[in-house]
Amino acid sequence: MLLNVGPQHPAMHGIVRIITELDGEVVVNADVEIGYLHRAFEKMAEQGGYLQVIPYTDRLNYVSPLINNIGYCLAVEKLFSLETTERAKYIRVIMSELSRVTDHLTCIGASTMELGAFTAFLYFIKAREYLYELIESVTGARLTISYSRVGGVKGDLPPGFKEQCLDAIKKTRKEIKEVDALLTKNKIFVDRLKNTGRISKEDALAYAITGPFLRSTGVDYDVRRATPYLVYDRFDFEVPVGEHGDNFDRYLCRMEEMEQSFRIIEQAFEQIPEGPVLLDTEGNVMPGETMVDEAKMGRIENIRNAEAIVDPTLDGTSKVQYRNVETTNKRASLPPKEDTYGNIEGLMNHFKMVMMGHGIRPPKGEVYFPVEGANGELGFYIISDGTDKPYRVRVRPPCFTIIAALPIILKGDTLADIVASFGSSNMIGGELDR
Amino acid sequence: MGNLHIQLKERFPDAVLETHAHKGDETALVKRESLLAIAQLLKTDPLFDMNVLMDLAGVDGLDLKWKPRFQVVYHFYSLALNHRLRLKVAVEEKDAVVPTLTGLWPSANWFEREVWDMFGIRFEGHPDPRRILMYEQFQGHALRKDYPWNKRQPLIQAKAVTSDQ
Repeated sequence: MLLNVGPQHPAMHGIVRIITELDGEVVVNADVEIGYLHRAFEKMAEQGGYLQVIPYTDRLNYVSPLINNIGYCLAVEKLFSLETTERAKYIRVIMSELSRVTDHLTCIGASTMELGAFTAFLYFIKAREYLYELIESVTGARLTISYSRVGGVKGDLPPGFKEQCLDAIKKTRKEIKEVDALLTKNKIFVDRLKNTGRISKEDALAYAITGPFLRSTGVDYDVRRATPYLVYDRFDFEVPVGEHGDNFDRYLCRMEEMEQSFRIIEQAFEQIPEGPVLLDTEGNVMPGETMVDEAKMGRIENIRNAEAIVDPTLDGTSKVQYRNVETTNKRASLPPKEDTYGNIEGLMNHFKMVMMGHGIRPPKGEVYFPVEGANGELGFYIISDGTDKPYRVRVRPPCFTIIAALPIILKGDTLADIVASFGSSNMIGGELDR
Repeated sequence: MGNLHIQLKERFPDAVLETHAHKGDETALVKRESLLAIAQLLKTDPLFDMNVLMDLAGVDGLDLKWKPRFQVVYHFYSLALNHRLRLKVAVEEKDAVVPTLTGLWPSANWFEREVWDMFGIRFEGHPDPRRILMYEQFQGHALRKDYPWNKRQPLIQAKAVTSDQ
């Protein structure tokens, strides 16, 4: 019998269609159809400047947007061969790990709710709220954060953040412990997850699956370990691995990874130095108060009598029209918001970054930069042709490969196991369909 | 280790057209005819041991006046040796066909479907050559540079579930 699961199904958190072929209750074949949330991210990234891609990356994996932000900025920084400041690196690590925990909380919470454990969902959403409040206090938004910049991060951590963060971690740990007591030895829960959604080590690698999903099969591949980026090589943390590659091992892996993320954050707070958090493309420190636009400083005469012609749609004008205002100093990052709104130099700096034809220009070339997303390896492949627009931005979405392997994961399980297996695959529509 | 692109060039002096290691990413542009042989070697040779095909992407070089116009870019990763290699294949618009790597790495299946969907590059021998992100009735290939970003197309009706799928 053919049965259509999705695209909108109450027990599936994500818009995806699974066409299953059933023999009684057993799935003999499955065909997965995706693309319901396709927003042409890669096409739109080619239309604007490098910095204008950053808000789009928030909407890739919308459960852990900070990791996407930071991954994209690291890829552009690799094009420039730019190293950020020490403090910015630590801030990025702390924010990435907070994001990873919120992602795992959502994944476990939602997938257990689909299996009927509604209490665990409420506890985890409560715990996620503690962390979202932290993220909001740093970035100003809960989800659409756009926090990372090429060259660093938008702003420094707010005062008292360390204490708030450690307090939130303490409270989140308590919730996790409570859910652990409710679920991990719960017979109903274990029976639903054990030996369902199994995948072998070889199959997982053949399908290029990464992240907790791969680690549950016993492979200890973690980008933070294999090719350390930022300052991940300075922390003492473990990469939890499973054994059987089934839904239960994936649950255990995610639970343990949250604890390891907390450990990384705690160590980061001990090591984090003071200092600036933003750099320009030439690697110079750019504190907000001394930032002065060269055009404003030195070449006022040229601007005073020039007539500015602005396109009515504000869709940018050609470089020729603004030849007089062009600065020689190509800055990479947007100024802090208080400067944009507070003084004319900051406003001009912002304007020149954002207007078409004035953005940052990485040298010609191509780079691939992988980071460890919450679902696995998140890679950005960027081709620069030397202009202010990226020529091609390709995202390697981690859950794309997991969903590609879904037919072999579901095969042989019963219809009811689809919910459990799909839940543990942690499909995020924004990242899958881009 | 390292210098995988140079070692590949030594193995296949005729098939490897260009190599570079820009920003440390080792890259080789290879002839389409030799892609399968090179891929086979990358997977089986203990020197390379590329057991994961991490990523596969298409690139349209129209605005940069590339000749040939398209490139298919493969990112390989070796779990045991912890190294990466980027392989590129160039194809003409009129003859946009590349042999599939689905037989060697099953992850190529969906990646190649996406490249077909977005760029119209066909993969010869692909077991399931359907579109993936767009619907079957979609006209054109969205990530080609000559496809306008703001072009609209009428939506189509939902597909029925039939037993011949």
